[in-house]
Amino acid sequence: MSLTLSSDAKTAPQAGRRLLYGIAGGAPDPGLGTHMERWGELRPQRHLIDELEASGLVGHGGAWFPVSTKWRAVAAGGRRRPVVVANGAEGEPASKKDALLLSHAPHLVLDGLMLAGSALGAQQAIVYVPAGRIPLVEAAVAERRAHRLDPIAVEIAESADTFISGQESAVVNALSGRRGAIPGFVGLTSIRERGVGGRPTLVQNVETLAHVALIARFGAKWFRQVGTPDDPGTMLLTVHGPDGPMIVEAVLGTSLRKATGLRPEDVARSQGVLLGGYGGGWVTPATFENLQVCEKATRRAGAALGAGVVALLPPDVCPLAEMADVVRYMERQGAGQCGPCVHGLADLADAMERLAYGGASGPPPDRMLEICNLIERRGACRHPDGVARFVRTGLHVFSDEVTAHQRRGSCAKTHAARALPVADRTASRRLVSKA
Amino acid sequence: MSRWSLELVVDPIACDGRGVCAEMLPERIELDRWGYPIVDGDTIAPALIDHAERAVRACPTQALHLVERQC
Repeated sequence: MSLTLSSDAKTAPQAGRRLLYGIAGGAPDPGLGTHMERWGELRPQRHLIDELEASGLVGHGGAWFPVSTKWRAVAAGGRRRPVVVANGAEGEPASKKDALLLSHAPHLVLDGLMLAGSALGAQQAIVYVPAGRIPLVEAAVAERRAHRLDPIAVEIAESADTFISGQESAVVNALSGRRGAIPGFVGLTSIRERGVGGRPTLVQNVETLAHVALIARFGAKWFRQVGTPDDPGTMLLTVHGPDGPMIVEAVLGTSLRKATGLRPEDVARSQGVLLGGYGGGWVTPATFENLQVCEKATRRAGAALGAGVVALLPPDVCPLAEMADVVRYMERQGAGQCGPCVHGLADLADAMERLAYGGASGPPPDRMLEICNLIERRGACRHPDGVARFVRTGLHVFSDEVTAHQRRGSCAKTHAARALPVADRTASRRLVSKA
Repeated sequence: MSRWSLELVVDPIACDGRGVCAEMLPERIELDRWGYPIVDGDTIAPALIDHAERAVRACPTQALHLVERQC
C-alpha cells in the first residue's frame, strides 16, 4: 500500500462539520490513507493540556467534565505511569454516535488516544469497545503499526453489552480483570489515582478523543470558532425521528431543534422528546423547540443532554408503557450491588407497570416521586440517578396520561408497538410513525 | 485558613442494610424503607465523633467510613 504522509497540516474545516467532515453521506473509508489526506500528519504536542484547557473541551461520554482538568488529575495521580483508555462501550441502547465514529473515523480516535498517552506519559493504551467494533479497530491499529505511527502499543479490549459497561469504574473493573464490567465504589479513592491495575487511569470517551485529535492539529482558537464562549465547539447527537436514527454534528449553543434536523411539524406532533437517553429526561415539544445545544440549559429544563441522544416520542404510542418498559430494562441492567438501587428500581418498575398496564386506581405519581428521591445519589454509580430523572420528568411531561391511566387504567395505545429500543438492541425500531 | 471536618460516607456496594449504624448513631443515620442507611454529607459535630467512630467499627460489612474533608 502506498501512503503519502503529508508534512503540511491540512486546512482546518471552517463550518460546524468537523468530526463528520468528509464522512457523512458517502461510503465509509476508515483507512489511514484517507485519514492522512483529510487531516494531515499528527505532530507531537508539547503543551497539549494547556491547549485543551484553552479550548474548553468537555467529555462527551455523558458527564460534560472538563477534559484538561481530568488529564491534569491523572498526570498528578501518582508515581506510577498511567493507563489511557478510549471508551467506546456506548451501553446506552439509543446512542449510536460512538459506533459511527469507530467505523468511519477510527484513526481520529486513535490519534486522540496517542495524544493522551504522550501527554500523560502513559505506559499502556487500551481501546475498550463492543465485540462488533473490534475487527475495524484491529485493522486501524495494524495500519498504524505498519507505519510506526504510535509511540505506545495499542491494546483492544471487548466491552460488555450492558447499559453500565461504559461507566468509568466499570471500565476500570473490566480492564483490571476484577468482577466484570460493573461499577465500583470510588467514594474514598479516585480512578485518576488508582485505576486499571492500580495505576492512574484516564478513561475518555471516543468522541472526546476525536475532538482532541483535531484540537492538536488546529488549536484551541480554531475549536472556539464555532459555539459560544461557555459552550465552544461541536458534539455528535444520535437523533431518533421519523426518518430513523441519524447521527448529526451539532454546534454548541445553537438551536437544538435545528441542529437535529427535525422538522417543526414532527416535533409539534410528538408527545414529548427524550434527551440524554434513559439516564436523561423528558421535555415537552414546546420546551424542546426553545432549547439550545447546551447541557446547562437542558439541565435547567429538568433533563440532560448527556451523551447526545434526542428521541421524539411519536403520537401513536403510550408514553407510560414506553416508560414502564425502559424502567424495567434499567432495573435489569443494574449491577445489583447497591441496596437502594436494587430495591428502588424494582419498586419503580412495578409501580410504572401497574400505572401503564393495570386497571383503574393505579399508583399515584407521588409514590413514584418519593422513590426517586430515595434512590438519588445513593448508588456507587449514577445509574439510579438517571432512572430517577427519567421517571420524574416523564411523569411531569405526560401528566395528562398519568391522570387518565389512574382513572381508567391502561389506554388503547398501551399495546401498540414500542418506539423506544430496549430489549433488542440490534433490531432497528421505528421511533416515530411515518403517518 | 483551611479547616478539616469529619463526615460519614457509606460504601453502598459493601452495605447490606443490617442497620447497626442507625442504632449506634440515630442522631445522624436513619434507615430507608428497605433498611439501608440514609447519610448526609454534613459535618459530624465534635460531641458525636466518638459515637460515629464506634458506629464505623461496629458495621459488620465495614461499609461505613468516617472521612476527613477540607472545608
